[in-house]
Parts: sequence; C-alpha cells; structure tokens
Amino acid sequence: MAHSAALSSEQYNYDIVKKFAIASIIWGILGMTAGVYIASELAWPFLNFDIAQITFGRLRPLHTSGVIFGFGGNALFATSYYVVQRTCQARLAGGTFWPNFTFWGWNLSVLIAGLLYLQGFTQGREYAEPVWFVDLAIAVVWVTYFLIFTVTLMKRNQPHIYVANWFYMSFILATALLHIFNNLAMPISLTSPVSYSLFSGAQDAMTQWWYGHNAVGFFLTAAFLGMMYYFVPKQAGRPVYSYRLSIIHFWALSFMYMWVGTHHLHWTAIPDWTSTLAATFSIMLLMPSWGGMINGIMTLSGAWDKLRTDPIMMFMITALSFYGMSTFEGPMMSLKSVNALSHYTDWTVGHVHSGALGWVAMISIASFYHMIPRLWNTTLYSMQLVYTHFFLATIGTILYITALWVSGIGQGLMLRAFDEYGNLAYTFVETVAFMHGPLVARAVGGLFFLSGMLLMAYNIYMTISRAKQEEGVPATAAAKA
Amino acid sequence: MLTDFWTWILDLGNSKTVALLIFFTTFVGIVIYVYSSRKRGERLESYRYMPLMDEDEADKRVKAAEAASQAKGEK
Repeated sequence: MAHSAALSSEQYNYDIVKKFAIASIIWGILGMTAGVYIASELAWPFLNFDIAQITFGRLRPLHTSGVIFGFGGNALFATSYYVVQRTCQARLAGGTFWPNFTFWGWNLSVLIAGLLYLQGFTQGREYAEPVWFVDLAIAVVWVTYFLIFTVTLMKRNQPHIYVANWFYMSFILATALLHIFNNLAMPISLTSPVSYSLFSGAQDAMTQWWYGHNAVGFFLTAAFLGMMYYFVPKQAGRPVYSYRLSIIHFWALSFMYMWVGTHHLHWTAIPDWTSTLAATFSIMLLMPSWGGMINGIMTLSGAWDKLRTDPIMMFMITALSFYGMSTFEGPMMSLKSVNALSHYTDWTVGHVHSGALGWVAMISIASFYHMIPRLWNTTLYSMQLVYTHFFLATIGTILYITALWVSGIGQGLMLRAFDEYGNLAYTFVETVAFMHGPLVARAVGGLFFLSGMLLMAYNIYMTISRAKQEEGVPATAAAKA
Repeated sequence: MLTDFWTWILDLGNSKTVALLIFFTTFVGIVIYVYSSRKRGERLESYRYMPLMDEDEADKRVKAAEAASQAKGEK
C-alpha cells in the first residue's frame, strides 16, 4: 500500500519546475510563430523575400526543434520534475546546481542548434538536425537528467513507483539510446560544424527512421502519457480508471514501438520484410494506444459533468481524443497500400499535427493550467481565457488537419492519376495549384492555435504577477506593523 | 542437441526470431502476473490513489477557486 503523508510544498524544488514551465511557453510561441510563417510561405511564396535565412528549408527545422525540443522538451522536464517529487514525496536530487545545469544546458543547446539552422548548418536528419557538438552537449545534459530522475526515485518515501514515472523513465532511457546511436558521426574537423554519419545508404535511412519514429513513440507519446497519468486524475479528483491497464499499456508500448520505424520507408530500397514487420507492429500498436486512451477518458467516469464546466478537463479529454484519433490514423497510414497514396503528401504533415497539436500540445497546456497556479500558490487569473484558449486550439487543430487531408489526399490522387494512354494525368504544377486553397486554410488553422498560445501566455503572466503581489502584501503589512 | 540449440540462438540470422520470442514471452508473463491473482490485483489497484495523496494547501486553494468559477458558470 502507498503511504499518504505528503511533504509541504516548501520541501520540493519548485524553482526548477517554474523555470522549465516558463521556458516551455516561450519556446511554444517562438516555435509556433515560425510554423505559421512557413505555412504562410507555402501558401504565399513571396514571403521568402529572397532572404536565405528565412526560407522554408531553414525555418522548418527551427519550427520543429522549437516546438518538439523547446516547447515539448521543456514541458517534459517541468512536469517530470514536478511529478517525480510529488509522487515519491521526496525533494529533487542534485541540489540546486544540477537541475539548473539541465535547464541552461538544454535551452542553450536548442537555441544554438536553431541559430545554426538559420545559417544553413544541419545534419539533414529529420528531428536530429543539430550539428555534432550540440549533439554532444545534449548527451551530457541528458545523462545528468537521467541521474537526477533516478536518484530522486531511489530516495522516494513511497514504497511504490507510480506509473507516470515509469513512462517518464522509459522516455529518458529510450531518448538517450536513440540520440546517441542516430547521431554517431565523424566531424570533418574539430573547428567545423560539418560531419559525416557513420551509417550509409539504406542502413542510414533505417537508423534515421528507427530514431525518428521512436522519437515520436517515446518523446512525444510515452512521456506525455506520463503527464496524462498524473494530471488527468489530479484534475478530475478521481483515481485513474484501471492501474492494471496502465501497466499493460506501458509494457505493450515499450515492446512494440521499437519495431515500427521502417514504415516511414515503404516502397524504397529496403528489404521488403522490414517493411512488412513495421506495418504489422504498427497495426498491433493500435491496441495498447487505445487501451491507454480509454483508461484516461474513463478516469472521468462518474464525473462527466466536468466536461461541461471545467475547461482544463476539456483540454485533457480533447487531447486524449486526438491521441486516439492519431493512433488510429498512424497504423492505417503504415499499411503499404495506404502509404502508397499518403507518403510524400501533405496527409503525413496533417497526421503529425493531429498528434502534435491535438495530443502533445493540448495535454501540455492542460497540465500547465493545472500546475502553474499550484507552483506559485495562487489561482488562475482568468478561467474565461482558458475557455477561449480551448476553443481557439480545438478549432485551429481541426481546421489544420482537415485542410491537410484535402490537400494531401488530393495531391496523392493527382500524382498517381494516369490518362487513357498511360501518361501522367496531371503535371506537378497542377497539383501545386490545387493545394493553394487548403494551404491557406492550414496557415489560418495554425494562426488560431498560435493565438490561443498568446492568450495562455497573457493569462499565465497575469497569474504570476498576481501571485507576486499577494506575496508582497503580507510583507508590507508586517513592515507597517 | 543442446549445442545445436545454442548455435541456433547465437546465429545473428536468427536474432529477430529470438528477440520476438523473448519479448513476447515476457509480455505474456507480465499480463499473467497482473491479472492472475485477485489479491495482487487489489494491491496494484490501490496504487491508483497515489496522485491524490499529495494534497497540500495550494491544491485546496486552487480547487476551491475552480469550483467557485464553475458554479458561477453554471448559473
């Protein structure tokens, strides 16, 4: 049985959680602004202005790194440090220095990587674009993060390690493994950011997509499930629907995710059996994914009224719904026949954003709305703004993904169409002309989501300002007395 | 016989089959462990309450404010 004695909040290290949470919101706005800008460049190419540094090719990795590692990464550091302390009822290990080391190390690495992308320095590996010396810095930070997390678990005052921490731990371990192996490279000199990968040809592609899909599986899924397993029960005020289901959910995801990366390389020069294996495991992944989604949603069982009255809960359940939807769409797209249509089209981009905006961003936003007032021992400045944020985010996400379904499926059908003589029915530029309308709608969808983030930043800024004022009042009163 | 078995396992060409057998057996073992005993099931389910055991003053304050806001919204 678990112990019920809680530590007082002064005994936890909340300073580091606050820093990561604020950094996450700032990166979210920067990364999403870059995203809206490049989406607009695709719709209105004059926005490139013939300036190399702001062209799509250079801003795109800045967008992906900004949102995945800047927004998502900081959100994971913040929530994992918060959850591990509260569920272990132990203060974070490493004193104040080592957690701060992870904060500055992580954020400077993402910043330097981003600035180098704008100058054209990239490894050209999707989601692993940072150059070799930034990769080394990230590895050092990550090992420190692993040690802080592990030592905190070891000195816990609870006999059991809560399941959310299992998900966080698998994310930390898997990310270390993926990052180190995918980035094995030989620099051309110690003073140059340029390097060559240790792998080549089809093996290089398979290593990259082993990394790429497991980054989705462990960084963007497992870790955010850790967030879900703590914050959904906390916000609902009810325990998770089934703890045993959460255990099966964890192990099934851990066993299956590592096999599926090759579905990103269907119909290329890789062995056919690897493609079939990846598609098979992708289909099998549907079961644990939906098991987890049902476990999260059913946590609200008996308190469904909260979906009407609590906007934070609305964010959480919508996030879980998008998790369910994108984990259905993903296995479907991994089938070779569907992939023949969807690959190299905007459908893939839409699918990624259904997971990234609908699941990852929404569960993070909900967790921040839950956690930040508690960190500053105050209440949210405005629940009305949370409602508005929820609708902006939901409308933005739906607009985004439906626009890219139209764009991507249309694009795929046009690229595969033949006329009666066996010639291609459409020229490439005709597909581009067809996509203009949906690409405009996608940029508008992104703008909706970004507007919601700006509202959140204002709401959080006012919440923290008010907390500081409240802190100052007793001090002033005491001074007067 | 035993030598043949080890030679088969150590052959890298069979690594996928070996990995699949190890992972699948372990996973089935976990499912059996989790669902086979009622007593163990009750113990595991008792851990569901862990996130709710760390209520502090900040939690109570935020909850009260949210409840007030929701009540106001319902009116």
